[in-house]
Amino acid sequence: MEALSLPAALALVAGGGAGLSPELRAALGASLPLVQRDYRFERVWFWGCIQGVRGAYYIAEGLGPDRAAPRSCLYSLNCLDWSLLTPATEEMLALAEQVKGRFQGDPSFEYSLAEINPEAAARLVESGKEPVIKEEARLIATIEHIDREVGIVPRGAFVKTPLGSVHENRHFEGLSLVEAKKLSSYFHFTQPANLKNKTLLEKADLDPSTDFLDSLEHDIPRGSWSIQLEKGGTVVVLRSLLWLGLTFYHVPTTKQFGYIYFGTGEKNLDLPFML
Amino acid sequence: HGPYQPHEPGYGLDQPGYSPYEDEIPDPQARMLAIKNAKAYLLKTSTKSGLNLYDHFANILTKILDEQPTNTVDIIENISQDVKWAQFRKKMDTLRDEHLILPTFEAAEKCKALFFKEGGEEDREELDEEMGEPPLPNVMETAFYFEQAGIGLSKDECYYIFLAFKNLVNVQPIQTCRFWGKILGLEMNYIIAEVQLREGEEEEETGEEGEETIAEEQKEMGEGEEEEEGEQKEKEPEPPKSTYKPPPEIPKEANGTGTNKYVYFVCNEPGKPWVKLPPVTPAQIVCARQIKKFFTGRLDAPVVSFPPFPGNEANYLRAQIARISAGTHVSPTGFYQFPEDEEEEEGADTYEENPEFEPPPVSEMVESLATWAHHVKDILKQGRCVWINPAQKSEENDEEDEEEEEEEEEEQQEEAGHPLLTLISEDEGMKNIPAWTAQASTNLIPEYSIAILQSNRWPGAYAFASGRKFENIYFGWGHKYNPENHTPALPPPAEAEFPSEPGITERADPTVEEELAFKAAQEEALAEAEEEEEEEGEDD
Repeated sequence: MEALSLPAALALVAGGGAGLSPELRAALGASLPLVQRDYRFERVWFWGCIQGVRGAYYIAEGLGPDRAAPRSCLYSLNCLDWSLLTPATEEMLALAEQVKGRFQGDPSFEYSLAEINPEAAARLVESGKEPVIKEEARLIATIEHIDREVGIVPRGAFVKTPLGSVHENRHFEGLSLVEAKKLSSYFHFTQPANLKNKTLLEKADLDPSTDFLDSLEHDIPRGSWSIQLEKGGTVVVLRSLLWLGLTFYHVPTTKQFGYIYFGTGEKNLDLPFML
Repeated sequence: HGPYQPHEPGYGLDQPGYSPYEDEIPDPQARMLAIKNAKAYLLKTSTKSGLNLYDHFANILTKILDEQPTNTVDIIENISQDVKWAQFRKKMDTLRDEHLILPTFEAAEKCKALFFKEGGEEDREELDEEMGEPPLPNVMETAFYFEQAGIGLSKDECYYIFLAFKNLVNVQPIQTCRFWGKILGLEMNYIIAEVQLREGEEEEETGEEGEETIAEEQKEMGEGEEEEEGEQKEKEPEPPKSTYKPPPEIPKEANGTGTNKYVYFVCNEPGKPWVKLPPVTPAQIVCARQIKKFFTGRLDAPVVSFPPFPGNEANYLRAQIARISAGTHVSPTGFYQFPEDEEEEEGADTYEENPEFEPPPVSEMVESLATWAHHVKDILKQGRCVWINPAQKSEENDEEDEEEEEEEEEEQQEEAGHPLLTLISEDEGMKNIPAWTAQASTNLIPEYSIAILQSNRWPGAYAFASGRKFENIYFGWGHKYNPENHTPALPPPAEAEFPSEPGITERADPTVEEELAFKAAQEEALAEAEEEEEEEGEDD
């Protein structure tokens, strides 16, 4: 969620019981603008917090002029000192999916790959590196997975210009109450995978400037999102059941929206049994 | 030349109307005509939408000049679209718009109702006289402490919950009351209150339940008699009876002890009525351990699972609450002690506050887990806190609910959990993850920091301690953490249909030779018998 609207936004996602202590909020209020200045981001989003066993990681993302470009991720252990993370590679993503269990809370912790995936371990040994995966790499991969799979925005909030870059839609006035209850009004804010699979009839209704992303309707498994209207419709809160802890909020008929992750950083693979 | 001729330099400059200084109005007639034609073209109404370009441009320019947006040229298409949409919204209907009553307003009404006192003031005063301490928990104070750790709901929601508790206390005869936590569901969430009712109220309920069970047993007896009569009437061979005997039902614990020590009330949102959850039975706990299901938010929703859960969502919720309480309710060591009068038996269920408790400093509470202790009894594998011998019960066949602890004499199967005030440092971790994570709320201001415990076995369970104050709370989905993935129980092996009896087991049919041999043997036997009879007859 936008760093500038953090205080109000945290009150809206607090329905899940997770939040930030006053100390951390104050620290964020001081350090995020400095991050924006130092790295020359146009926007800074506070992505959330991954709870490790011994400590927690606080993550922020910075955006440039094209909002759909790959975002730079930064992490911090105390919300004051931020370190940039390297962009995720496919190999890192594949390896990190194999690692199970909680995060430890120490970025230099090493998971031994020999137990998890002997082939990858063997490959790494051949290429002269140690068969381990560091927690930092797992963190990068987890953030990327979460963003790809459950990072959502409301329909119409972003427009794609004819040149291909994506901007916020200044004319976005928020979803109406009826629209806010439908899954089809929310999009994954990532490279679309299913856009070309739609039928011609569906494509005819699309507006290429606002409908350039995948909507949530066809997410597998069905029912992996929980939509709730809190306070009788004042706020619509979507919680992902695939990554427990991801909360998206939107106040209908206003421009306020955002998502945040407070959780342990583990995918809920038991989801099909639980529905 | 036509009406749109460009001004050609040097053409008739000396004639009036063609000099360079007069080219604004070179030929009034022609230019006016050109303008009129252009305007007529612009005013042409579109056959599809009924708009015309002239009005549309006028509206766009008006809007732009009114609103003065930045970088207008970049967003001009959006502005044009908006103006067009605005056109369509004007309805020249004679029907008036109905005012929509949004659910927002209804919810606001309910919240507002919370702020008004229910019932007369007189009732409140009477209650205050009878009880010593006010039963209403100070939800805001607890919320403040948990907020130091970053846990908790928004302040508004906390206050609504506070007011809802006040209503609960006024309506129900409550001795002590505590905000247990919030469990999230798919459609709606649950806010849970842990309550101890006053003595008289509990007895009434057990009376009702006793009557119910008597009625059920009578029904079973009636059915048994009918079956016997049926057997006598029908003399046809019946299929063999199944030898399956269901395992004896383990009785639930009495209200006020063990897993049913507290009564729980839930509501979906503050402002909605509180619903009491039924007491939990061991069978429900045993089953709840094997399944993992999301709560939907409706108490009467069925729980479809394997093994089949004996109950609906209200029972499943109650079972999970019992498990979470048993696993994660902790207090600083020494805060509670066993009463000195009674001997410390293994089955001790009661504890009382220790007036001489001195709270250890926060740093010690964070470093060593031995400073925390469970104050809720473990749940055994049986599903109860106190072990009961099911075999004995089925022999005697008495009505349950007389929970004097039956002697655990000869059984090797007796299960024993940890005694009541066990330190949490004895909780086992999973793989390399400890069962609890302890932190101080702030490292910057250690004088005023509080100790926070997070459970790793039940993610979402938290406890804080600050001096003599401590509290437990749960915010989460209501499931236990499983480092490996959840594996559902496999169906049990199929039962053998019939016992092996000679009348049922299949044998091969005799072959032709065997039949002929048999027939020959029989004929021989008959012939011998006839000879014998003849001999006898001759003898006589």
